[in-house]
Amino acid sequence: MSEPRLIEISPVTRVEGHGKVTIHLDADGNVDEARLHIVEFRGFERFIRGRLMWEVPVIVQRLCGICPVSHHLAAAKAMDQIAGVDRPPPTAEKMRRLMHYGQVMQSHVLHFFHLAAPDLLFGFCAPAEKRNIFEVLKEHPELGRRAIMMRKFGQDIIEATAGKKIHGTAAIPGGINQNLPIEKRDAFLKDLADMEAWALDALALARNYTLEHMETVQNFAAFPSHYMSIVREGDGALDLYDGNLRAINQAGDRLFDQLPCEAYCDVITEDVRPWSYMKFPFFKSLGPDDGWYRVGPLARMNTIDFIDTPLANAARDELIAANGGVAHAILANHWARMIEVLHCVEKIRELLHDPDLQGTELRATGDRRFEGIGVIEAPRGNLIHHYEVDENDQVTYCNLIVSTTHNNEGMNRAVKDVAIKQISGQPEITEGMLNQVEVAIRSHDPCLSCATHALGQMPLKVDVIDASGSVIASRATDS
Amino acid sequence: MSGLRFEIDGVEIAARDGQTIMEAADAAGVYIPRLCDHEGLRHQGGCRVCTVKCNGRSVAACTEPAPPDAVVENETPHINKMRRDLVEMLFHEGNHLCPICEASGNCELQAMAYRLDMTDPTRFPYLEPCRPVDASHPDIALDTNRCISCGRCIRASQDIDGKGIFGYVGRGIHRHVAVNGPDLAHTDATIDDVAVSADVCPVGCIIRKRVGFSRPIGERDSDHGLIGSNAKAKADD
Ligand code: SF4
Ligand code: SF4
Ligand code: FES
Repeated sequence: MSEPRLIEISPVTRVEGHGKVTIHLDADGNVDEARLHIVEFRGFERFIRGRLMWEVPVIVQRLCGICPVSHHLAAAKAMDQIAGVDRPPPTAEKMRRLMHYGQVMQSHVLHFFHLAAPDLLFGFCAPAEKRNIFEVLKEHPELGRRAIMMRKFGQDIIEATAGKKIHGTAAIPGGINQNLPIEKRDAFLKDLADMEAWALDALALARNYTLEHMETVQNFAAFPSHYMSIVREGDGALDLYDGNLRAINQAGDRLFDQLPCEAYCDVITEDVRPWSYMKFPFFKSLGPDDGWYRVGPLARMNTIDFIDTPLANAARDELIAANGGVAHAILANHWARMIEVLHCVEKIRELLHDPDLQGTELRATGDRRFEGIGVIEAPRGNLIHHYEVDENDQVTYCNLIVSTTHNNEGMNRAVKDVAIKQISGQPEITEGMLNQVEVAIRSHDPCLSCATHALGQMPLKVDVIDASGSVIASRATDS
Repeated sequence: MSGLRFEIDGVEIAARDGQTIMEAADAAGVYIPRLCDHEGLRHQGGCRVCTVKCNGRSVAACTEPAPPDAVVENETPHINKMRRDLVEMLFHEGNHLCPICEASGNCELQAMAYRLDMTDPTRFPYLEPCRPVDASHPDIALDTNRCISCGRCIRASQDIDGKGIFGYVGRGIHRHVAVNGPDLAHTDATIDDVAVSADVCPVGCIIRKRVGFSRPIGERDSDHGLIGSNAKAKADD
């Protein structure tokens, strides 16, 4: 009988947010435990203290280079409250919404085409040389071109609304610092028909893949969980920018509904585990073992009642029907993402025709408050920004729950599920096995993926360590 | 009116008696880089960014009287390199996080760095001072992490506002700007008392509260060309 082994999968290169996977084997070579470790954002929560409240939306977006707009807007929503503004003027809200839809669109397109498409088109076990965006471009040049154009469209919307493609400054406490000039609006309107057609094609690709591989999809790291997102106030429609919290259990029954976001602390608490910097949030009412939940595009498809744009709504109905109700199959996230891209295009169209975007009332003021909680549905899922600000306008407290943190337990379970199926009892660890572990993580679209997947690959280092601590086998995939 | 003539980088400049090199250059639409000098304030000659060579000798253009018949060198590679070094050191002395600074785009230090082509700010060690923000006042905040000790606020406060709210304390490298009280709230200064100081502060140090990022990208001072590029137009006005 051999010694217990520890397999460590550690991305070697990263820009922000890095993860490593450790797979603990028992003496028989079976997976005992699998854990995903990700760096936390606590540094920001500390660093932001003492800063002035109007700087916050600009500072915190530096958490992320892929979806900074989500942080920018969540923080701005929190600062609206601190500035005593419950609802910024219509022009401000609509500019922010436009910014957000542009951002969700470009982020989902990036994820789908650059990060997921290689796996979907070539298979998880295709050689590493194959699984990257360059191969996709070579074999499917039109698809690649559209991906670039769609991403650019989303980024141009962000630039026009936020001031810059990344890390803009437009959302300010109580409003926005600019409106949308007619010339810019007209330029976007010209491209809309293409965007809608391409979004429909991309949706068909994701849908067909899911339906054709239903067995893989249903088996790959698929397990039931609770889900949470915000839904639109009143009718429970999909609303990526604003609403109230709703959570459902595995069967689709509501755990709480239309809960004002300010009350998140009443229903969610965070668990700390000694081996990870990242906290494990769970629903208080169910406790840490049963109370974990997931967020993200698929979670949203499950929680909402409907989508208020017709094409996306029809697509969502089909997704729910194909899954026979609440969809737990993690790979169906790709399908959900493309439904949301279509929704964003439909929403962008609606907004571009709204004269409020050219309005001049940009900012409201009110009576100063000392606490603000801004919640938004980021591309990766629910995002909570919570601040306290003193009478001098300085931040005294900050708590951020990012989507990756919400999904922490879910990702760990997904990794373990795949590890048990793939690695337990195997004498040798192959690249295909590692890739499946990676795919399980990547399907949750954690923030670490944006850095490590820029070229469609995640460099991994695997060490097999025996009980005495010496490395008995090592494997690295760096290409 | 008596007058004199000299040349800057080959351009003939007419000056009135008593004008500095910089004043005469400004009137002629020739830009000389500067940080501590500001129109309407008495000259200080502290930052040395305005250094020019006057008949081969280095002088501060903001304090040096216009020299009859002299040959003044301004935009030479050698002088600009020296100016860049000075600006670079200012970045290293404070904590300048331009991407999250509300002055970004409206900041003369940042603009000067662009003008002087400061692309690599890491040659000197960062001093990383630890300076808490003074946000005690209801309308003004002071983030001295970004202060470049240009003294503009001090001169404005003493000579124009007549309040003497700002002043230097400490010596040598430890010399820095302070207010005449434990913090801004205890100076009894109103926003009007410090208005000129806030207006002349070249960086994001004296801040009017709640303004923040309300001026969008694209409408900020530096969004329409390098600092000084409007010198000719200003002179023609
Ligand atoms: S004061 Fe100027 S140089 Fe300093 S951080 Fe702000 S913009 Fe940058
Ligand atoms: S506070 Fe501003 S004006 Fe005063 S010395 Fe510092 S940088 Fe200059
Ligand atoms: S501008 Fe002349 S020394 Fe500062």
